[in-house]
Amino acid sequence: MFGYYLDLALRSLKRSPGLTALMMLAIGFGVAASMTTWSVFRGVSGDPIPWKSAQLFVPQIDSWGPSQKSGAGLHEPPNALAYADAMALMHDRRAALQSAIYAVAPTVLPAGEGRSPIPVFGFGVYGEFFPMLDVPFQYGSGWQAGDDSDGAPVVVISDALNRQAFGGGNSVGRNIDLDGRDYRVTGVMKPWNPQPMFFDVVDTGGFGGNGPDVFVPLQRAIASGMENAGAVNCPKGVQPGAGYAGLQKSNCVWLAYMVELDDESAVQNYRQYLDNYASVQQKLGRFDWPPNNRLRDMRAFLDHEHVVPDDTRVSLLVALGLLLVCLVNTAGLMLAKFLRRSGEIGVRRALGASRRAIHAQFLTEAAVIGVGGSALGLLLTAIGVFAVNRMLPPRLAELARIEPALLLLTVVVAIAASVLAGLYPTFRAARVQPAWQLKTN
Amino acid sequence: MQIKPILSALRKHRLSTILIALEIALACAVLCNACFMISQRVSATHIDSGVDETSLATVQLTGYDSTQAPDVDARALAALRAVPGVQSVSLLNSIPFGSRRGTAGITTDAAGEHFGGVIEFYVGGPGSLQTLGAKLIAGRAPQMDDFHAFTGFMPDEGSVQITQALAEHLWPGADSLGKEFWVLKSHYRVVGVLKSLVRPDPTGWTPEQRQWSVFLPAQPGPYLTGSYLLRASPGDLPRVLRDALAALAKAVPEVVIDRENSHTLGELRHDVFKNDRAMAGMLVGVIAALLLVTSLGIVGLASFWVQQRRRQIGIRRAIGATRSDILHYFQTENFLIVTGGIVLGMVLAFAINLLLMQRYELPRLPLYYLPIGALVLWALGQLAVLGPALRAAAVPPVVATRSV
Repeated sequence: MFGYYLDLALRSLKRSPGLTALMMLAIGFGVAASMTTWSVFRGVSGDPIPWKSAQLFVPQIDSWGPSQKSGAGLHEPPNALAYADAMALMHDRRAALQSAIYAVAPTVLPAGEGRSPIPVFGFGVYGEFFPMLDVPFQYGSGWQAGDDSDGAPVVVISDALNRQAFGGGNSVGRNIDLDGRDYRVTGVMKPWNPQPMFFDVVDTGGFGGNGPDVFVPLQRAIASGMENAGAVNCPKGVQPGAGYAGLQKSNCVWLAYMVELDDESAVQNYRQYLDNYASVQQKLGRFDWPPNNRLRDMRAFLDHEHVVPDDTRVSLLVALGLLLVCLVNTAGLMLAKFLRRSGEIGVRRALGASRRAIHAQFLTEAAVIGVGGSALGLLLTAIGVFAVNRMLPPRLAELARIEPALLLLTVVVAIAASVLAGLYPTFRAARVQPAWQLKTN
Repeated sequence: MQIKPILSALRKHRLSTILIALEIALACAVLCNACFMISQRVSATHIDSGVDETSLATVQLTGYDSTQAPDVDARALAALRAVPGVQSVSLLNSIPFGSRRGTAGITTDAAGEHFGGVIEFYVGGPGSLQTLGAKLIAGRAPQMDDFHAFTGFMPDEGSVQITQALAEHLWPGADSLGKEFWVLKSHYRVVGVLKSLVRPDPTGWTPEQRQWSVFLPAQPGPYLTGSYLLRASPGDLPRVLRDALAALAKAVPEVVIDRENSHTLGELRHDVFKNDRAMAGMLVGVIAALLLVTSLGIVGLASFWVQQRRRQIGIRRAIGATRSDILHYFQTENFLIVTGGIVLGMVLAFAINLLLMQRYELPRLPLYYLPIGALVLWALGQLAVLGPALRAAAVPPVVATRSV
């Protein structure tokens, strides 16, 4: 029967080409707009580490107190940790894996004469950072726990820096000059540029850049005075002393932190641990407010930090509004079209077709319109993504790509939208009374 | 024109009428909000920077120690001044639409109780305010003894020029000359008022906050280094920038020229507003598609109705209605439906705007958008129905006498 309905649908569509074209146009436009904005949205809200994101958490400890009103109005703790708190958490090591993180911007002086210095961007981290985030390595690996406490001059470099400084190849064990001091390379990463840079969105804003070039032990970076390339936020009225020594003593927050907690009980235990820690600080007099901590999983934290630009969400909503208008439009046109053929429906019903058969026939017709609309939608989506790529700032543009998955989704959405729009018209068509239609008017 | 017959005729086609009205309502809601968002973005991109952008470019150096700064600056400035076409060069830490190095929160009292806002401090060496071309509307320009040496982030005190917008915000209605404000313990006195001076990152601030800047004179040195502002005539500027970068590569080869941030101010401005232009462009596309789809929908449905009612039209013509009577009938019918849709659409537009205000901190939709949206949709509806209505008017009276 499906072939028969298909045949009927095609004939009917050919009989009123104008109306058919109108409906396909409407579906095509609505679907294209939605898919274009969806592809951008998908790009910026994608999960860069889906196999592990559910086990990564960001602890927030309130080191400022209720006298600091945050923008949200609610008493939210600051989005980074103060030095004392970060060190205490690292020392206690209550999670399976954890690392404090902060952004540095040293300068690399490649060996050889007449080579000019290369400013790079990287992070000071602890050794557990690499297994925790499954950082991919080409050669070597991260450093050992002993190197952290010793403050050993070791470094993990990126593939791009490896090529620039050493011409590629296995450079593990060689020395590289950072800010005038030698660091021994323990590992070379594969090209790694997670977007968003989920482990430290506070300093990086989430997107952009070519990926971290260097990772050094955090204590070593502080001791060497590596330039802090991250944000420092101090509570009102507090001016920290000069340099890292000042930051370390104050309650200014500047350290990002991430922990790995493997199951629900570990999460509960860690939450309890954070509250205990804050209570102890309260008793010691460092805080004079009750514990006010947060432990958000990675995706919730990214949401909280508004990493997905609001513009992207608003665009998606506007495009969905357009799709809705197109759906209503198509529904109206389909209603007109189907009811015009009441005579034909009456004849079929009189000959014995059930209501189900009428449903099937007209839903097939709606689906065919959907297929036609999807062809137009594919073309318009391709144009839309291309245009968006030209218009958006480069850091967002490269995330919106035309992929097979996107195109498949376009076709599916077009057909689904068409069928949805056709539901009520089909229902009305099936309710046509055969007797009425068969009387000559 | 009798309204009642039209309404009772519409009651027969309740569903199609409701669908068109609903479509118009949705179109009105999306149209009003989208137009408002477009106007917001476009006005953001047209912000008055207060400086002579077409004559200015910046060169940024990095990758050297603060102890080397005086030497690097001396060589760099000498090289830059020697470039043909350069009218003046000065040191300025933050650049409009470019690097941002002086953002801080201020208070209007020494105790730090009255928060004034987060503003931008443009810390500049001698001649930088003139190089910028910012217009002074009250008070005085910086004088030679205002430029002190300093250590750290910014000088701890100084006589500053603030923008009119910031003066209005901090001391509304009062004369701001002579007033003081604090950054923690640092203390500044206002000696001049500038017409406008945009902050380096205008997107991400509300329209009032975009002009909250202060010019703070300071002596170049280890803490005000490497960020140069060049002035040349607008025609020469691209060539001057290229020559300047080449000259610096020769004069100070051991430092890093930050080419990503060394551009003319015009290029920097263009980049800053890329997002806004993209958003505005996308919204224009959506509005165009929306209006097209809506009008075509009305054309389609109206054609269908005209076809359904050929007999009735024929009867009316047979008993004496003129062509223009039929035309007016369909136009009035369309007008009524669109009116119903617009009424619903205005409510919907406000509701959507409230939602957007709450979740995405967008401003409130000004009331005058609604009548404009209504007019656009009325016009659209009338234009769309014109074709089918003319076809209806062309139905000959003889149709009434046929039985088929």
